[in-house]
Amino acid sequence: MAQALDTRAEPTAVLRSRRSWRGWGFVGPFMAVFALVFLAPIAYSIYLSVFREKLVGGNNFVGFQNYSQALSDPQFWEGFGRVALFLVIQVPIMLGIGLLVALAIDSGRLYGKSFFRISIFLPYAVPAVVAALMWGFMYGTRFGLIGNINRALGTDLPDPLQSGLVLPAIGNIVTWEYAGYSMLIFYSALRVVPPSLYEAAEIDGAGQWRIISAIKLPAIRGALVIASIFSIIGSFQLFNEPSILQSLSPNYISTYYTPNMYAFALSFNGQQYNYSATIAIIMGVVTMVIAYVVQLRGMRREA
Amino acid sequence: MATTAPVSDVAAERRSARRKPPMLRARKPTRDRPRRSTLLTILTGIVLVYSLVPLLWLVINATKTQANLFSSFGLWFSGEFALFTNIRDTLTYGDGEFIRWFGNTVLYVVLGAGGATLLATLGGYGLAKFNFPGKSAVFAVVIGAVAVPGTALAVPTFLMFSSMHLTNTPWSVIIPSLISPFGLYLMWTFSAEAVPKDLLEAARVDGASEFRTFWKVSLPMLAPGVVTVLLFNMVATWNNYFLPLIMLRDSSWFPLTLGLKQWNDQAATAGGSAIFNLVITGSLLTIIPLIAAFLLLQRYWQSGLSAGSVKE
Amino acid sequence: MITRTRREAFRMAAVGGALALTLAACASGGETASSAPGSAAPDAAARMQAALEKGGELSLWAWDPAEKDIVAKFQKDYPKVKVDLQNVGTGNDQYTKLQNAIKAGRGVPDIAQVEFYAIPQFSITKSLTDLTQFGAGSLDKTFTSGDWGASKVGDQILGLPQGAGPMVLFYNKAVFDKYGLTVPTTWDEYVAAARKLHAADPKKYITADNGDSGFTASMIWQAGGRPYRVDGTNVTIDFANPGTQKFTAMWQPLIDEKLLAKINPWTDEWFQALSDGTIATLASGAWMPANLEGSAPKASGDWRVTQMPQYEKGQSVTAQNGGGGLSIMEASANKDLAYAFLHYAAVGPGAQSYADTGEFPTQNAILNSPEFLNAAPEYFGGQKINQVLSKAAANVAPGWQYLPFQPYANSIFADTAGQAWTSSGTTLEQGLTGWQDASAKYAEEQGFTVQK
Repeated sequence: MAQALDTRAEPTAVLRSRRSWRGWGFVGPFMAVFALVFLAPIAYSIYLSVFREKLVGGNNFVGFQNYSQALSDPQFWEGFGRVALFLVIQVPIMLGIGLLVALAIDSGRLYGKSFFRISIFLPYAVPAVVAALMWGFMYGTRFGLIGNINRALGTDLPDPLQSGLVLPAIGNIVTWEYAGYSMLIFYSALRVVPPSLYEAAEIDGAGQWRIISAIKLPAIRGALVIASIFSIIGSFQLFNEPSILQSLSPNYISTYYTPNMYAFALSFNGQQYNYSATIAIIMGVVTMVIAYVVQLRGMRREA
Repeated sequence: MATTAPVSDVAAERRSARRKPPMLRARKPTRDRPRRSTLLTILTGIVLVYSLVPLLWLVINATKTQANLFSSFGLWFSGEFALFTNIRDTLTYGDGEFIRWFGNTVLYVVLGAGGATLLATLGGYGLAKFNFPGKSAVFAVVIGAVAVPGTALAVPTFLMFSSMHLTNTPWSVIIPSLISPFGLYLMWTFSAEAVPKDLLEAARVDGASEFRTFWKVSLPMLAPGVVTVLLFNMVATWNNYFLPLIMLRDSSWFPLTLGLKQWNDQAATAGGSAIFNLVITGSLLTIIPLIAAFLLLQRYWQSGLSAGSVKE
Repeated sequence: MITRTRREAFRMAAVGGALALTLAACASGGETASSAPGSAAPDAAARMQAALEKGGELSLWAWDPAEKDIVAKFQKDYPKVKVDLQNVGTGNDQYTKLQNAIKAGRGVPDIAQVEFYAIPQFSITKSLTDLTQFGAGSLDKTFTSGDWGASKVGDQILGLPQGAGPMVLFYNKAVFDKYGLTVPTTWDEYVAAARKLHAADPKKYITADNGDSGFTASMIWQAGGRPYRVDGTNVTIDFANPGTQKFTAMWQPLIDEKLLAKINPWTDEWFQALSDGTIATLASGAWMPANLEGSAPKASGDWRVTQMPQYEKGQSVTAQNGGGGLSIMEASANKDLAYAFLHYAAVGPGAQSYADTGEFPTQNAILNSPEFLNAAPEYFGGQKINQVLSKAAANVAPGWQYLPFQPYANSIFADTAGQAWTSSGTTLEQGLTGWQDASAKYAEEQGFTVQK
């Protein structure tokens, strides 16, 4: 069918650069809902952030007072530092695993590669709630897998949720959920590299490592940048996993464990809607700036 | 992080791949298959084990009774094989609320993910194929908004929806899930790649309306992209937790994620008995439809992800 | 979902096990309070009667399973009234949703289950209806003075109490016998028993405590500490008082010597530990028996109950742990009918039905009824436990106040005081000071005047 249409199209190949409102017929519905569920609440958040409502004394305009308070709020910075640490450690590990597996599968040297591909991707289909509940069970020293191991081997591994290992424990869950997903992104990017490139390189005598560094990695740089940006956004918005594990580890997962949890607790436990909105806006701006910088860097290298 | 954007990126990569030096491309391709490597298989197998063991744990423990759950080794079957009892109990517990939650989830997925895919497809197509006033602003705004954390929007959205009488109704979950900025981004680049401009011009010359052209000519070509966006939107909606957590208070509107969390917390409620066996079995039942969808639609989404394959 | 505060929020909910059946069996003839709203002021009574006859719909938010029976019974007696009972979450979860609804100005129920500790918070935002207008003032002799006082803020009556939680000590007699422990009457003896037990079997602990705001507050209450003082919008938060110090000095060694099992209450693990003797005692509210029976059935016959250990020999002081009732929301459009239900649930037939499900009642008439006092559940080896519990109810020390933002303060307990249960090296006293400071900071941000 495409072929038939193609022939008919030939005589009238005209470049259109005319601006018209017709495009809005397609973009309009998306933008209308977008305005309702994104723009309006953001505008409302900004409005909220310059007020402060108190249990005693009512609602008052406070200008940028909420912002200055947030910037000197140790609890906010503690949470911020924690997700930043999470970002610089967990994200490279997760993307690294994803990349290595993608390269391994793409190399064609694996036995049963489609089994690998689909199996390693599967955890992505597991809801974060289920993943956190499941790992929460497994982490237990009394009844969980760690307990099983301790009893079997006579070791004394600590319960990661009852010690300083909470952050790595959360990192592990997130890595488990998303390593396969990043693998798939990288693998898909690798697949569209024309095989002739590799074959030619092999004929030129290039080894596997050389092919990876000279052809494959440059070819998927864009995918790496995109995956990094999403991971940055994901890390800064960390909420589900720590929030679900909190009931197992209340003394180690504070209400301000991540900025997102802090914002949630402020508004839903503490009725501090205004301050909560402020924290969320600051995090949004920080996330945008960092994502933008990563994108710029990624683009520059590509050029 | 449930996104689909990488696809578009793949499409972009494909373009750059095509720009590779002609010298290399000119060589005659040879067709020898690389040697299989046991070592590499074993190394990758470590990641495989890491990915599958928790799922295995879930399957194994779904066969245990509540009493057995915590007194047996986690990674092997033990005691009475209670899988079917567990499934029956899961489906009937609390007047069959699990089935109710399942139905809600399906409703949210069909309307939320389906609607999101429709809006993203239309919008992405519009961005790719039309030049209209405000076009550059649209994308800047959409991408900028993505970086704002969900909590920033949660409270204002809650208050807004509340004044619109929407909280504690299915709409409060469905409407926000209608927006998938990444889906929009994906469909934009995908449409740009997959639908040749001449084809559209031809249809226009024939006098077809823009929407008719879209349905009859473009949509079939966008199918792999649409399926991919739909699948990933499905995952996002199926796994949605934060939004319903805020919006819903009546458990009869809960999706599975909230319902399972409620069952899990029930053990920590005075008067509530521990039903971890049902939480585990319910979790297993929750992930099966998604895994099945991914397995069954493999061909579509894999080609959708490797956008370039459409034309090759 | 903020589950940490859940732990202290469950206090009043309970299921009926064999105990409930026992009570139900003897309750049939025990009509203990007026079942019609006749004890209210005459005109209010007439209004309620009219409202009941006219009928209508009421929405009720409650998580306590006992409310289900009460609603069913009520609707049977007054078929024209339809009560829509919703469980929107336990404790703090419900308060959060309630506050959100109040803030949004929509979806507020007519009636809500509100625990004593949350009443001041809703009072500050003027979200609860003062029940004096319905003549509730005449009910002051109906309930125990502690429960009645906890339902009031100043002169306002902001709820009718349903369940109480005077603190008592539950102990596993089988474990005590096996290790030759004597039932402690003082805290010194308690600590000694803790050491002896753990030394004899390192897998056994005197009790489980991983940091719990409700338990800690009640323990301070019993020790004579009154960290919170509230007078309108003037708030004093001070944990540096002798009562608090008495508690911390006694409890700190238990933490330091690792004599407490680090198990979060209400978890499955906790109930297992209560079943298998890992945990030998439990200082808790009088609503606990039904929970033990329901969730630790294997330990039937092992547990007994006694009065709380004392700081000075010969004293008999205890505190309240949990408890609460039903309140009418200010936003309700049908307050006459709402009060008619409240009266039915807390004063009328609902009160007995509440007690029948194994909860600990608040009405003097029920507490003193022979059926109640002579119940001897098998689970407790035939001990007449209600006699112990009723005695404790009479010994609750007066003068405790909750903060007008207690649910929030409890939600940050683990952030601050909870550190004393971690390996961070924070002492209980330092942790409580941190809690005090964080609570005071919040109070100031919310416009309260904080006295140092």
